[in-house]
Amino acid sequence: MSQAVVAKLKGAYAASVLEVKEYRDEVTVTVKKEDIVAICQFLKDEAGYNFLCDLCGVDYLGQEPRFEVVYNLYNITTKERLRVKVPVTEEEASVDTVSTVWSTANWPERECWDLMGITFNNHPDLRRILMPADWEGHPLRKDYPLQGPDRELYQGRIS
Amino acid sequence: MGVVQGVEQSSEPDYSKVLGNNVMTTSLDLVVNWARSRSLWPMTFGLACCAIEMMSTGAARFDLDRMGVLFRASPRQADVIIIAGTVTHKMLPVIETVYEQMPEPKYVIAMGACASSGGVFDTYSVVQGIDQVLPVDVYIPGCPPRPEGLLYGLIKLQEKIMRERNSFGAAIGAGEVIPG
Repeated sequence: MSQAVVAKLKGAYAASVLEVKEYRDEVTVTVKKEDIVAICQFLKDEAGYNFLCDLCGVDYLGQEPRFEVVYNLYNITTKERLRVKVPVTEEEASVDTVSTVWSTANWPERECWDLMGITFNNHPDLRRILMPADWEGHPLRKDYPLQGPDRELYQGRIS
Repeated sequence: MGVVQGVEQSSEPDYSKVLGNNVMTTSLDLVVNWARSRSLWPMTFGLACCAIEMMSTGAARFDLDRMGVLFRASPRQADVIIIAGTVTHKMLPVIETVYEQMPEPKYVIAMGACASSGGVFDTYSVVQGIDQVLPVDVYIPGCPPRPEGLLYGLIKLQEKIMRERNSFGAAIGAGEVIPG
């Protein structure tokens, strides 16, 4: 079933679909970030993915592009799932918000910005959601020191 | 009317028998310390799994009430705050506010490894021990401590309060309490 959706998506946005992967009946589509809002709107209106389960960021430190934003979609009617991924570079770590498509995207996008430092353009309320409001930095990035920026690295037990 | 004891009624009352054996001499410090240590009211405040053990200690099996330890739902009525769990930097301002709302004299118990030292959470988001912010009176080890552990900690705090000096003087504005 998901293959039909992917075929439909490829028909409509042939230039934007970078990769389609299927693994253990899970379909993952990687698309260009310029068209993410249009593709999400398409998937919601034409393919019935009316629920955004989760939206999260991934940090592939050392790879290019460094970041990825992952959208996990669910069709409540047919109980089908689809995963959409968007590569994001470190230099331009920003994606257009999909909170205009699914308003539930508001908080996951805040979380993604809070912890990963990926900004979401046109977001209605982009401020910290998990970390304290005055926190500096984005602690879930792989190059963030685990014990915080103001502490010396753990040197192992002295005794 | 009271029951008349004895047949003969002397015209002069016998003052030595009015109070009988109901007199004891003591120091005011001892009375104040005794009253304070036997009515330790903790703030109802839990942060993590230690709070589950704290609730268990307050419930029927371990029964904190028998020691005069009654959880209060307002910091205004609390004498002691049990830091029961992991303290995150985001939670710290809340704990500070609650602590500042408590009236003097007030005590702090750091319950468990996290409250004492950060525990296994040696990370950017966790305060490495509540003693960086609040003056801790008793540390209870364990992850989480068993209810017996918390009971022992409370008894230790009672002993510490009993060792305080000038607690009455400080209450009427003469000098400071000398901690136990």
